Amino acid sequence: MWPFSKKKSLELPNFWWAYEEDFNEKLPESIHENTFVVLDTETTGFSLTKDRMLCIGALKLRDNTIVVKESFEVYIQQEHYDSESAEIHGILKHSKKSTISELEALKQFLEYAKNHILVGHHVIFDVNMMNAALKRNGLPKLKNKTLDTESLYIRTLLISSVVQKKERYALDDLAKKFSISRKDRHTALGDAFITAIAFLRTIEKLKPQKIKDLLR
Amino acid sequence: MKNTISERIADFLKNYPPFNAMEVKQLEQLSLEVTIIHKETNTVVFSQGESPHESFYVVNKGAVALSKAGSSQILDICDEGDVFGLRPLLANESYKLEAKAYEETILYAIPIKDFKPLALENKRIGNFLIESFASNTGNPYSIKHRGKLYGENSDSNQYSSDKMLDLQPIKYSTKLITCKEGTQVKTIANKMTKHNVGCMLVVREDLPVGIITDKDIRKKVATGLYPITASVQSIMSSPIITYPKGLTLAQSQMAMMKSDISHLVLTEDGTTDTKVAGILSKHDIMVAVGNNPAVLLRAIKRASKVKRLRGIRHGIMNLLQGYLEQNIPLGLVSKIISELNDASTKQVVKIALSKMEEEPPVKFTWLSMGSQGRGEQLLNTDQDNAIIFEDVPVENLEATRAYFLKLGERISKMLNTIGFEYCPADMMAYNPSWCHSLSEWKKVTTHWIHNPGPDEILLSSIFFDYNVTYGDKSLADELSQNIFDNVQGYPLFFTHLASGALQNPSPSGFFRDFLVEQDGEHKDFFDLKLRALMPIIDAARVLILSHSIKSINNTAERYEKLAELEPNNKELYLACSYASKALLKFRTRQGLLHNDSGRYIALDKLNKEEKIKLKRTFKTVKEIQSLIEVRFQVKNLLR
Repeated sequence: MWPFSKKKSLELPNFWWAYEEDFNEKLPESIHENTFVVLDTETTGFSLTKDRMLCIGALKLRDNTIVVKESFEVYIQQEHYDSESAEIHGILKHSKKSTISELEALKQFLEYAKNHILVGHHVIFDVNMMNAALKRNGLPKLKNKTLDTESLYIRTLLISSVVQKKERYALDDLAKKFSISRKDRHTALGDAFITAIAFLRTIEKLKPQKIKDLLR
Repeated sequence: MKNTISERIADFLKNYPPFNAMEVKQLEQLSLEVTIIHKETNTVVFSQGESPHESFYVVNKGAVALSKAGSSQILDICDEGDVFGLRPLLANESYKLEAKAYEETILYAIPIKDFKPLALENKRIGNFLIESFASNTGNPYSIKHRGKLYGENSDSNQYSSDKMLDLQPIKYSTKLITCKEGTQVKTIANKMTKHNVGCMLVVREDLPVGIITDKDIRKKVATGLYPITASVQSIMSSPIITYPKGLTLAQSQMAMMKSDISHLVLTEDGTTDTKVAGILSKHDIMVAVGNNPAVLLRAIKRASKVKRLRGIRHGIMNLLQGYLEQNIPLGLVSKIISELNDASTKQVVKIALSKMEEEPPVKFTWLSMGSQGRGEQLLNTDQDNAIIFEDVPVENLEATRAYFLKLGERISKMLNTIGFEYCPADMMAYNPSWCHSLSEWKKVTTHWIHNPGPDEILLSSIFFDYNVTYGDKSLADELSQNIFDNVQGYPLFFTHLASGALQNPSPSGFFRDFLVEQDGEHKDFFDLKLRALMPIIDAARVLILSHSIKSINNTAERYEKLAELEPNNKELYLACSYASKALLKFRTRQGLLHNDSGRYIALDKLNKEEKIKLKRTFKTVKEIQSLIEVRFQVKNLLR
C-alpha cells in the first residue's frame, strides 16, 4: 500500500466519495438502458492552465428521451476574464445570471453525472477543462467513460479514398447535416441539446447492438 | 426556472394551436414539463388499444403516421406542429389508432396533468379542443386538424372504397369571388380571368342564389344565345345545390356524382339560408385523393413552398403503392414515378433559384446521378447530384463556383426536407468535387477513364448514369460527347468497368442458397441492391457505353436497346431487361412494406413463391456476368 494514499484521500470531500461510489455499479449493456449525460462547457479560451469554465450545460438522455426538467445549467463565478471569448458566448462577467463557485459547480456536476457515459462534441476538450478545474480544487480526475460525437459521425460516412472526408467536423456541420436549428449555439445547454440530437441521429445510422459497440 | 431548452420548446409551440392561445408565462411553465422523445423510423409511439399514456404528443420534426392496427392503410400523417394522441387522455379511453414514426421523428411529450388545468382555465384552448373533437364542425381549424386531435375520421371510413381517400383532409377555397345578380356577363368574365377561377358565385345579401361556371359562358354566351351585356341572372344556374361545410372527401365525391356538377357550394348549415363558407371543386378533390399523376404533376408545378412539395410526395408514395397493388407494368410505373420525382427536383431547383440573392452568373446544368439518373428511383432513396457550369475566365472561376456551391447546398437541403436522404458519400452538388465547370468536368472524367482504379471506376459508374434535371442540356451533351470520344481511345477502360461490374458478390451460393450478409447491422439479411440489382445495372452500363449509346439511362431500356443491337444475344438481354424490372419491383414492394429503401430483405419473411421468383433472376445475373467477363477479357486484368 502506498503510504500516503490514505492521508491524501481523507482530504477529499464527501461528494467525491459519493461520486466514486457510483462507479461500483456496472453500466447496463444495452443502449436503451443506459443514461447518457450530454454536456458542453463554455470557457474563456482554449488554454487548460489559463482559461476557466464559464458555464456547464448538460442533459440526460435515456432510451431516446430527454426530460427537460432534468437538464443541468450552472454559471461559474470568474476571476480570470477574457473579453474576446465573452463576445462569442454572450456571458459577461457581471451578467445577471446567478453564479456559483467553481467547486460548487463541480460538486453539482458530479452529483448529476454519476457514473453515466459523457457525450460531447470534441468531448475531450470539455473533460480536460473539467479535470483542470478539479485539479485546482484538489480533486482527482473524472472517472466517466466518454463518447465523442465527431468520431461517431465520421463512422457513419462511407469509406472511400477519392471522396475526401473532411478532417474535422464542427458542431455546426452536424447541425446542418441533421437540420437542427442552430439558434442557441454558444450557450452551453443549447450546444448540449444540439449535440444530443446529433448523437441520437448518428446512433440511428450506426445501429449499434450494445453499448460496447459504441465505446470501442 | 426556465432553461435554454424549455425556452426553445416554448418558442416552437407558440406557433401552433392550441398553444398559440396560451400566455407566455403559462407556455414557459408547460415547456419545462416536456419530455423530448426521439423516434426512429417505424417505431411505435402508441398502439391501438393501449391504455392512454401520461402525455400527449406534438411533432417537432419528422412525421408520424396514424393507422388502424394491422393494416397498412395510413389514415393521417401528422407533420411539424401537429398534435396527436390527446383525445384518449381527455376522454380517459384507450387509443383508437396506432401511431408510428413515418420517418425519423422528434416528439414533444406534454404531460396531460400539466396541460389540463390550463385548458380548463383558458377559454380559447377549451374551444379549440371542443371544436377539434366534435366531428363535422365548420371551424377552419378543425377542418385542418380534424383527425389529428380527434384521432380518427370515422365518417369518411364508412364511405371510402379507396384507401387514399382519407389521407388528406380536404382543402377547399375560402377566398370567394362573388358577384351580384345584376352584374354584366362581360364584367364577371373579366373578373374570373383575372382571378384565374372557373366559377363564380352569385350572392344576394351574402346568401348564395346561383352559380356561373366556364361552361355557362361557353354554352349560353359564346353560342350567341345571350349577349355579353346580359345580366348574370339570365345565365346563372339556380337554385344552387348546397352542402354543409364539414363534408368529408367521400361525401363530396358522392355529391358531385349524384348531381353531375363539378363545384360544390358549402354553406354554414348546408342550406341556402346561411352564409357561404367556401367552394369545393373537382380539382380540390383530385388533389386530395392524389391518385392521378397529372393532378400531382400540376400540384408539383404550382408548389411555391418546399413544405407543400413534401405533402405532395406523400401522395406520390400512395400512388406508387396503388400501382403495385393493381399490378400495373413496372416499366410504365417507373416512368410515371420518375417523371414525378424529376418534376419535384426541378421545382426544388426553381424554388432555390428564386431564393438566391442573385441570378446565376452563367448557364448551368443540374445533373441527377445514380438511380434517379437512370429513372429507377421509385422510393425516396439517396440523392446523388452534380452541377456543371459554363466555362468562365480563370479569375472568375472560384467566385462562380462559390455561387453554385451555395445553390447546391440549398437545393440539397430542400431535397432532404421533401424526403431524399443525403448521400452518405457526399456525392452532392454542394461538395466542391461535384461542382465543376464544363472543362473541369472534362478533365475529371478523362482522368477517371485514363486511370481506372477501383475508386475511379466506382465514381464513373455513379456519374455516367447522369441525367439533366434542370438547366442547359447542351453542357451535358458536350460532356457526354467528350466522354465517348475518350473511352473509344481507351478500350481498357471498358475492361475495368466490366471488372467493377463483376466485383459485387454473387447472389446465390453453391447449393443455390441465398447468400446473406455475414455481419454488421444487416446480419442475416439479403442485400438485394448489392447482390442482384447492382450487377445487372453495372453490366448494362458497360455494354451500352461500349456501343456509344448515350441517350438511354434506364437499365431495362438499355437491355432492350442491346437486344436490338445484338440479335444473337437477344434472349439473354430481354431476360436481363425483365429481371431488372422484376428486381426493382421487388425492392420497391419491400421498401413500401417496411417504409425504408427496400435494400435489405429478411429472407424468412418471404414466401416460397417470392423466393423462387428471386432465384430465377439470379440465373440471369450469372449469365450476363459471364458474358461481360468474356467480352471485355476481364480475366486478363491483373486484379
